[in-house]
Amino acid sequence: MSANAAAARGGRSTGADDGPRLRTRRFVELVMTLLAVGIAMGAYAMVHLARDGELPASLPAYTGGLLLLALVAHLAVRRFAPYADPVILPAVILLNGLGLVLIHRLDLTEADEAIAAGETVARGDAPLQLTWTAVGVALFVVVLVVVRDHRMLQRSTYTIGALGLAMLLLPLVPGLGTEVNGSRLWIRFAGLSFQPGEVAKLALIIFFSGYLVVHRDALALAGKRFLGLDLPRARDLGPILLAWLASLGVLVFQRDLGSSLLFFGIFVVLLYVATERPSWLIYGFVLFFGGAYFAYTQFGHVRDRVTIWLDSAGSLATGRAFDLETSFQVVQSLYGLAAGGLIGTGLSEGHPEFVPFASTDFIISALGEELGLTGLMAVLVLYAIIVERGLRAALLVRDGFGKLLAAGLAASLALQVFVVVGGVTSLIPLTGLTTPFLSYGGSSLIANWALVALLLRISHAARRPAPSITPAASDEMTQVVKL
Amino acid sequence: MNKPLRRVALACLLLFGLLLLNANYVQFVRADNVNNDAGNRRLLLEEYSRERGPILVAGQPVALSMPAEGDLEYLRRYTNGPLYAPVTGYYSFIFGADGIEREAREVLAGTDDRLFVDRVANLLSGDPEEGGSVVLTLNADAQQAAWEGLQGQVGAVTALNPQTGAILAMASNPSYDPNVLSSHDATAILAAWTQLTEDPARPMLNRSLRETYPPGSTFKIITAAAALSTGDYDAETEVYAPDELDLPLTEAVLPNQGGASCSGNEQISIRDALRISCNTAFGNLGLELGADVLREQAERFGFNTTVDVPMTSAESVFPTDLNEPQSAQSAIGQFDVRATPLQMAMVAAGIANDGVVMKPYLVQETRAPDLTPLSTTEPEELSEAVTPEVAAQMQSMLVTVVEEGTGQNAQIEGVTVGGKTGTAQTEPGRPPYAWFVAFAPAEDPQVAVAVLIEEASVAPNDISGGRLAAPIARSVMEAVLGR
Repeated sequence: MSANAAAARGGRSTGADDGPRLRTRRFVELVMTLLAVGIAMGAYAMVHLARDGELPASLPAYTGGLLLLALVAHLAVRRFAPYADPVILPAVILLNGLGLVLIHRLDLTEADEAIAAGETVARGDAPLQLTWTAVGVALFVVVLVVVRDHRMLQRSTYTIGALGLAMLLLPLVPGLGTEVNGSRLWIRFAGLSFQPGEVAKLALIIFFSGYLVVHRDALALAGKRFLGLDLPRARDLGPILLAWLASLGVLVFQRDLGSSLLFFGIFVVLLYVATERPSWLIYGFVLFFGGAYFAYTQFGHVRDRVTIWLDSAGSLATGRAFDLETSFQVVQSLYGLAAGGLIGTGLSEGHPEFVPFASTDFIISALGEELGLTGLMAVLVLYAIIVERGLRAALLVRDGFGKLLAAGLAASLALQVFVVVGGVTSLIPLTGLTTPFLSYGGSSLIANWALVALLLRISHAARRPAPSITPAASDEMTQVVKL
Repeated sequence: MNKPLRRVALACLLLFGLLLLNANYVQFVRADNVNNDAGNRRLLLEEYSRERGPILVAGQPVALSMPAEGDLEYLRRYTNGPLYAPVTGYYSFIFGADGIEREAREVLAGTDDRLFVDRVANLLSGDPEEGGSVVLTLNADAQQAAWEGLQGQVGAVTALNPQTGAILAMASNPSYDPNVLSSHDATAILAAWTQLTEDPARPMLNRSLRETYPPGSTFKIITAAAALSTGDYDAETEVYAPDELDLPLTEAVLPNQGGASCSGNEQISIRDALRISCNTAFGNLGLELGADVLREQAERFGFNTTVDVPMTSAESVFPTDLNEPQSAQSAIGQFDVRATPLQMAMVAAGIANDGVVMKPYLVQETRAPDLTPLSTTEPEELSEAVTPEVAAQMQSMLVTVVEEGTGQNAQIEGVTVGGKTGTAQTEPGRPPYAWFVAFAPAEDPQVAVAVLIEEASVAPNDISGGRLAAPIARSVMEAVLGR
């Protein structure tokens, strides 16, 4: 027992009757965390070196701050999820740090322009993003502490589901919700804006996973045949279909089509993984295209987005002149990316401020412009690594709920990055989704930190050595076995 | 659930792969295209922060960048602006670039792919980035002679090296000073641009390259060449030369210049017909040879195609679908035949070069900032217009024109000069165009030149190729030959 306790504390197990010594790899994580902080702070220094020719006075303070947050997160993992994958946290810290640097860099240009125009300089977004990062790390620690075992969440599946749905509906409550850029996604409370949709996404993934793991067998069996397809019984399919339709409906009503796409995708993936029936993928495709067509014909702003996409992708492929009037945002984003070329213009040397919403929707363009194709590919691979590690945790963890939850979280990240980067690079139409960890935006940031906490929790469960059973010292018939 | 999980992992991999491919597509494959898009200001801003490379003629810069105060760090200055403007073009912050400034943009800006290593070296050493230089083929003395000859008249001069195709002079009058467009004062630039583009004299037009005119009697070179090439005629063959040529299918007649008579017995050798520029003889030759033969010969000299010097020339035209009267008129370079001065210089050059027309080019060589050559233009054969035997006869006949005929104003002491005058009718009430094409020395040709006078300040009756254009051709040839 003492050996187990020692293992749980993250040290090396010493007992002779334990299983093979499993390294927790926290040292690797520490090294990579320091590297991540170093890269982020190096970028910060470069922004100022390029602008002013000297290191910024605030460098030690910001380095200290980011280092502190990173170490807090790392120590939390060491203490509460010691067997978790060592790569995920450093990758997240690096992304978050890079996002901070880019947002700061954009702030500086905005300040320059304000000074040139004789206006007052706004405070800038970076300090607020840093605050939200701290909140995110705090939430990360809280989730790690509170959720000692991910299977706890399974017990409250329906509650969490209801909460998720409620959070989705909150912005529609008059007085609480506000309309921004044509969609009702935000609530204002005590002077702070919050996007509950991001947290609702997490809750709904937990709900889907919890429900599916229980009903997977029923859903995998054939119920009725409908149009030559096997459908499960309505009793089994009903509740989840309702929940899914409800969330989609709300999102469509809120005109947040990016999130609708995301939810739909996650749900189909989870159904497929849970039931192991590829037919769900086919249904999903059909429904997706049907829904997309419906949206296209019914919603003007969907048509607009598709037109913009076809126009800019067409110009890109054929060499026809870009139409700035129709597709201003995407075209400016493409200009920025192309200007970056292979190695980028260098931090502070490009013109990401030409792209509207550079700090939120188009942060990837700013990154691609200043850090080049190599930088963009590196960041994409970072995301891919996080997704891959999440899916690996799903593969390794032993219980079905954990598998589904990890898969859902990882897939949501993959889909979100695909939709955002695809939109910005004119691969698919633009949506309003945020870029996880990079974009300016508190709700998205803290929700993603919570997501990572859950992933690490599951990863810990996946990589934790199977608890060994120490034989009881006494000869009694019944023995107390402590796991 | 592991099997579908692995498939999901593969799908996520594919999604990221798509993103990476697309990023490569935007930032590498299509980057140049996007960067050069008309609406893209980033590249321009980039270029203005670097020292743009010079354009050199005979070792001296005619366009160079000088450090400047203010936002734009370098100012583009032109020495002898109007003299070289048709070739250098302009380089303007608002209006982009034209001429060599545009065609050699990437070398001058230092962004050419071949300068990648230099850029990296500069990056590491911290040296300021600069562009490469472009060395032109122009002969400074010839250009000056052409320019001085054109003063007070509207017209153009093009001079080539017949053996290589290198362009020795390309002048156009009236011209403009590109310095007014390359300044940093936006209001001044706009005012200058408006004034230049609205000037009815069209000072920004490169008449040598981009404007076509009826070549008039200079086209008789091609008609004679066509006749000799059939093998049925040689220089001394007597052909029918009435006082007035009856044009079949019409009531009209083709007269000689000033109603003169070419011959007492209505027969004249081709040599003499060229010497005195007899319209009726060549009109009749046109009827006998037929439009197709004429067109084919013209095309072998370069008609009906464009040529990139590197700027793209206008297309010199010999029409298709000509009936007989039109063929007769076309044979003397009227009706709808149109040629650029460059094209006519190519005709003279082809004859001088034993029948081989060389591809004309302006850029001798491009160099990296450290003066190592990036590219050197090798002379290239464009076509074999006539056999060397025919060329020899043509040369001899054209020498007769200068020694004894209408081209005596182009004689140079001690040098065998060949040439042909042209006085092309334009519209009723409008004075004719005056042409002169020539080459020298006949035995080892160093220069071929075409001079066109569009408007002169002399009485219309006094306008003739021999009187106005030939002296300019002589001074240009003298400049090239060093006399």
